[in-house]
Amino acid sequence: MNKSLTNVLIVGVGGQGVLLASEVLSEAAMLAGMDVKKSEVHGMSQRGGVVSSHVKFGPKVYSPIIPYGQADIIVSFEQAEALRSIEWLKSDGLIATSRTRLVPPIASGGKFSYPDDPIAELQKKVNRVIAIDADKIALEMGNPRLVNILLLGAISGELGFDGSVWDRAIKARVKSKFVEINLKAFARGQELAEQTRKISA
Amino acid sequence: MKSFLSGNEAVARGAFEAGIRLAAAYPGTPSTEILENLAEKYRSIYSEWSPNEKVAFEVGIGASLGGARTLVAMKHVGLNVAADPFMTFAYTGVGAGFVVVSADDPEMHSSQNEQDNRFYAKFAQIPFLEPSDSQESKDFVRLACEVSEQFDTPVMLRMTTRISHSKGIVEEAEPVKVPNEGFKRDMNKYVMIPSNAKKRHVIVAERLEKLKKYSEETRLNFVENNGSSTGIITGGIAYQYAKDNLPDADYLKIGFGFPLPIEKIRKFVNSHNMTLVIEELEPYYEEQIKAAGIMVEGKKYFSRLGELSPYKVALGLKEAGIIDKVEGTSHDPETLFPRPPVLCPGCPHRGPFMALKKLKVPVTGDIGCYTLAVLPPLNTMDTCICMGASIGNAIGMEKVNPNENGIAAVIGDSTFLHSGITGLLDAVYNKSNITVIILDNRITAMTGGQNHPATGYTLMGEKTKEVNLVELCKALGVESVREIDPYDYESTLEVIRTELKRPGPSVIITNKPCVLMPKRVMDRPYKVILEDCNGCSACFRIGCPAISPSKEMTPRNHPKAVIDPLLCTGCTICAQICKPEAIVLVDEPAVVR
Repeated sequence: MNKSLTNVLIVGVGGQGVLLASEVLSEAAMLAGMDVKKSEVHGMSQRGGVVSSHVKFGPKVYSPIIPYGQADIIVSFEQAEALRSIEWLKSDGLIATSRTRLVPPIASGGKFSYPDDPIAELQKKVNRVIAIDADKIALEMGNPRLVNILLLGAISGELGFDGSVWDRAIKARVKSKFVEINLKAFARGQELAEQTRKISA
Repeated sequence: MKSFLSGNEAVARGAFEAGIRLAAAYPGTPSTEILENLAEKYRSIYSEWSPNEKVAFEVGIGASLGGARTLVAMKHVGLNVAADPFMTFAYTGVGAGFVVVSADDPEMHSSQNEQDNRFYAKFAQIPFLEPSDSQESKDFVRLACEVSEQFDTPVMLRMTTRISHSKGIVEEAEPVKVPNEGFKRDMNKYVMIPSNAKKRHVIVAERLEKLKKYSEETRLNFVENNGSSTGIITGGIAYQYAKDNLPDADYLKIGFGFPLPIEKIRKFVNSHNMTLVIEELEPYYEEQIKAAGIMVEGKKYFSRLGELSPYKVALGLKEAGIIDKVEGTSHDPETLFPRPPVLCPGCPHRGPFMALKKLKVPVTGDIGCYTLAVLPPLNTMDTCICMGASIGNAIGMEKVNPNENGIAAVIGDSTFLHSGITGLLDAVYNKSNITVIILDNRITAMTGGQNHPATGYTLMGEKTKEVNLVELCKALGVESVREIDPYDYESTLEVIRTELKRPGPSVIITNKPCVLMPKRVMDRPYKVILEDCNGCSACFRIGCPAISPSKEMTPRNHPKAVIDPLLCTGCTICAQICKPEAIVLVDEPAVVR
């Protein structure tokens, strides 16, 4: 495997903005001068199902898919989806997840149920977990659809891109009337990750 | 200039750069974005949604014979629909360059089968090109046009989901100028009566010999020599998975996949200790290579089912003794609840399926969002084969097994116009006792919201005639055609019950638009009054993503329901079936959505 690659897996539920987040991240990596590939599947799977996007960047990227156990970072917009995705994570990898809880009709008791505390389970299995109340904060900021960019802000410190790269990437990929609020959400995500780091240090 | 493009966006760009003048398609995952991009970004190209792939292909033939470089695009099973003109166009040859994009769907992310359309090119004896990334997706369109014109043949560009929907960096180029030579009458070449077709078949055979020579020489089939004793023959996305695992092996990469460069392959295999064929889906290369008496291994190590992946290729390489260990853990999913795709909150299809579930009649189904009704908790679909099949299936089932409670065929508006009309004609002509329910949400929804002949708009955004489905069904001879409001559950149930029992064919058409497209439908949301909820779970069983179990329990320890005000569209279906009347309109509009 190519050791010089950075692999980021973004997961969530249809409608949570997984694809926009991976667009912004890919744009940022491209602006930072790297080869980038990303992959996701459209169509039937997007109707309320699990959505994931693989983003890979580095000097030269071959396939657009992250192998199991090779994601440096997993970004999740829903807490149980973070748990579902951990087989992709490297042993020293980071998971950043929103505490958003989306219980599908099928997990309404009976055969399947939603885990009581997915984040606690996550913390048992993974050393580096950042969990933030992205859905509540996004709502306070006036738009529930900001969860994705908040989380991207939260992991941005791990990637070492210039701040200006992120600004340009958001401006390039987000509809112009939403750019300002998305920049704010991104900055808020950065702050929250910083606080989490201080608490755990 | 560099852009970050998906394979489909790159094909659209490639069409622009190749001087394509007409493009036609019917939407189908994973091909849809090709035409959407053409219509959005390259307005100088005439682009259309045709009612189905066969018509798209025939429109394309007309344009090619008319002297314009042409592209038609479809998903793998779409080419089945277009197979009739496809097979014979291989005989006539083209006017100007003609490219048919076949976007296959290994793993069936959004399809009913995972047929490998490389065999279609071999079947029709036409060349196919297969890209491995977005850059090649773009470049190969122009190359395909050139091959098409040089050898007087339609050319297939074979994409797969992973190529179509992955993005990579693409270096763009200026469009070429292609002279417009118009239509040149040539009845011997274009009128396929038997006497002409016999002569054309000879030309097809001669052409194949020329193409074999080209395949040996073209740079589309190239050797990457890294001084390894292991050789890999691969193409398409499998090339990238192999490179992920073995960056330093020797490669023979196939970009021109029919006819194969057999002599180049023989030479490559002879100069390596071991040569593996890594290809997704069927052993298409492998069979032809082995038939030429060349010793290789392929499907012994790499599955012919589903998509390959870096991990699956690594497993195969380990089994073949090429690598010692496989990095990463095996796929061992957490024992977590599944999250299958479901009908959206407020989807107008929900009510009719609840009614059909209650009526317990056989339901023949079709291709679209509504196919999701087969999944829990609705579980209300008994067949789904291909576009338009619901009506024929119901006719046959009813002929051999008349059912006094009736049989329902369920089909969407776009699918009905694609290939349901002829089925309905059969129901009338052959006196079938079935009820066809057209779930008319005025959009091609599953593929992301495309226009069709009943929406009143073309792909390029022009206003046009809207076909009137009621009048159309009446004109076919259906005597009972009734419109229903799918959000009125009681009357939906009653109309379906009555029509199912009516002798002769009948049609029921729903009249509410998709809640997502073209406009988002969002009325005031509903909420659950927890004190009134008795935990009966009836609302969980309608499969609405806005309704979930709350942490509040009834005395008998059943969860009470809660409605997410951000997801609820206010469709009222859950409130209509809530016996304790615990579901009510919120007092005031919730947060801005």
